[in-house]
Amino acid sequence: MQNRVEIVRAAKQFSVRVIISNKEGAADPEGETIFRDLVLRSGYKQVKSIRTGKFLSFEVAAEDAADARTIVARMCDDLRIYNPAAHSIRVEA
Amino acid sequence: MAGSLRVAVVRFPGSNCDLDALRALRNVRGISPELVWHEDSEVSKYDAVVLPGGFSFGDCLRAGAIAARSPALRRVSRLAERGLPVLGICNGFQTLIESGLLPGSLLRNTTLRFVCRWVTVRVENNRTLFTRGMKEGQVLRMPIAHNEGRYFAPEGDLRRLVSEGQVVFSYCDEGGRVTAASNPTGTLLNIAGICNNEGNVVGLMPHPERAAERILSPFDSEDGRLVFESLLRSD
Repeated sequence: MQNRVEIVRAAKQFSVRVIISNKEGAADPEGETIFRDLVLRSGYKQVKSIRTGKFLSFEVAAEDAADARTIVARMCDDLRIYNPAAHSIRVEA
Repeated sequence: MAGSLRVAVVRFPGSNCDLDALRALRNVRGISPELVWHEDSEVSKYDAVVLPGGFSFGDCLRAGAIAARSPALRRVSRLAERGLPVLGICNGFQTLIESGLLPGSLLRNTTLRFVCRWVTVRVENNRTLFTRGMKEGQVLRMPIAHNEGRYFAPEGDLRRLVSEGQVVFSYCDEGGRVTAASNPTGTLLNIAGICNNEGNVVGLMPHPERAAERILSPFDSEDGRLVFESLLRSD
């Protein structure tokens, strides 16, 4: 039995979400297939296009939400979480 | 062999064309290749580096994206900066792209399928360290086997790539014509391989190491040998 209580100095944590999708000029065949073969074929004529992407969710210890966002945005550039040649990125805190 | 060219074949978790590359290199007189695990790579002591095909780190995030941030790639980068030859095949090409050693991106094939078949490519630039043994316009037969080989770059970058002669191989028909029908993946301008500005770093999606021995090819092709033999040309 572990009954030792660890006291962790609680830095505040924030959720930061990153959405990576292909740039306008880069075809998104997966989005096109879902659009054409599922959505339109099923009669959802109101839908005009679909783009797919990749979603990452980060839990970040930071001073505030803006700080958390900056940390993640910088990291995305630094580690090339996205490829700027082909992708656009949205970072939301 | 004294004075032979020492080539490192860097193995990542998930590489599966490493032994093929090793064998294809070994078959070229004057090259002595060695397998090097990415974590202990003393890459700097070699004369050239080959990043083989397969996968790396489960291709999480994107094919080659994690290998591109590994310490091994930092060492490969320094070697490339010194002008030494660096070749990336398939996943190795994806890794070179993700590391920034080569420009642009490799996206999922428009077919949304893993494409595995023999293709023909045209040599567009025979001045790189891996194509010096070829003729411009020469048609090579090699197999491809990948899911993410659709080259993409924004229009301006693509124009620059072409005008600087950085397109090294394009998919073509058997007569060497670059046609839409001979494009297996939806890759822009039928691009199958590119190089950096200096021509010492080359990446390609086709597998020269699988087309380096007649007996292993349904087409009796050993065209892939030319890629490795080019390393020994000094003209």
